Amino acid sequence: MKARYLIPLGIFLVIVAFLGVGLQLNPREVPSVLIDKKAPEFSLPDLFDPTKTVDSSSMKGKVWLLNVWGTWCPECWREHDFLIYLSKYEGVAIVGIDWRDDLDEARAMLANKGNPFVAVGVDPESRAVMDWGVYGAPETFLIDKQGVIRWKHTGSITPDLWRETLKPLMAKLEEG
Amino acid sequence: MRRFLLSIMLALPLQVFAAIDAYHFDDPEKEARFQVLIEELRCLVCQNQNLADSNAELAQDMRKLTYEMVQRGSSNEEIVTYMVQRYGDFVMYRPPVQSNTLMLWVGPFIIMGIGLVILIVFVRSRASAPAEDIPEADLERAERLLNQNKDDQA
Repeated sequence: MKARYLIPLGIFLVIVAFLGVGLQLNPREVPSVLIDKKAPEFSLPDLFDPTKTVDSSSMKGKVWLLNVWGTWCPECWREHDFLIYLSKYEGVAIVGIDWRDDLDEARAMLANKGNPFVAVGVDPESRAVMDWGVYGAPETFLIDKQGVIRWKHTGSITPDLWRETLKPLMAKLEEG
Repeated sequence: MRRFLLSIMLALPLQVFAAIDAYHFDDPEKEARFQVLIEELRCLVCQNQNLADSNAELAQDMRKLTYEMVQRGSSNEEIVTYMVQRYGDFVMYRPPVQSNTLMLWVGPFIIMGIGLVILIVFVRSRASAPAEDIPEADLERAERLLNQNKDDQA
C-alpha cells in the first residue's frame, strides 16, 4: 500500500535523470560529417589583394589548419592571440577564411593584433563556408597531407585543447 | 456569428515567412520546389527554425544557394543530399528513419503502449473489485433521502 506513494517520486526521479542528461548536452555541437572525407576545394579572393586568390590546393602535401573567422565574432577575438602563438612558436600553418566580414575591419584587426595566417581568403556569400559545412565562427579544421579532413572544432582553440588533442594529432599526421 | 468567423480565422494556418528576399522564378514548378525545400531544411544557426523562417545570415546564404541549385535544374533530392553531405542529417527538419533515429520514431508508440497497458490493468483491477456490502439499514436510509428530495421538487 505504501509503495503507491513512491510512484510519483519514481516518475519525478526519471524526469530529473532525463533533464539532467539533457542539460549536459550541447545542441550547438552538431557532429561533422566531413571527418575523414576529402576536404572541399576552395578558391577565394585574397583579403590583402583582391586580384589574387587563396587556393586550398596550394596547401597540398602539408598538414594545415583552416580557421573560419570574422571580426563580428567575439570568440574569434578571444582566440586570436593563441592562433598567433601557434603560428609563431609552434610553426602551425593556418589558412583563414574571413566570413561575411567588413574587409577594412578585418585588415585593421590583423594589422593591429598581428596576423597568424599564411593566407586569408574572403567569403562574403558563405560559398566555401557552406561547402565545408560551417555554421558558426570560429570553426577550425585539421587537414592532412593527403587533403583529408582529420579533425574539426567548433569554438575557439584553447591552450588545453592544443596540448591535449591538436598537438599530438598534428605530430602524428606529420610523421605519416 | 462574429465569434464563429473569428475562430475559423484563427484556425487557418498562417503562412508567414520572415524571409523577405525576393526570388524570381520563371517556372512555377521550380518556385513550389524552392518553397518546399526551404521549409524542409533547417537553419543551423537558429536550430529550431527552417530556412524559410530564419533571418540568420547563413540561412540567407543557404536560401540563395538553394535558389541557384533549383534554377540550375537540380532535383530536390540532389539539393538535400548536397546539404546533408556537408551539414549532416541534422539539416533535415524531418529526420530519416535509420538506426540512430529509430527511438525518435518508435519511442512515442512504445510510450503509448506502456500507457495503454497501465490503463487496461488499472481499469480491470477496478472492475473486478468486489462491491462493498452495504448494510440494509443504510440502503433504506438512502432510498428515503432520495425520495424526500423528489417530493420537495414536486
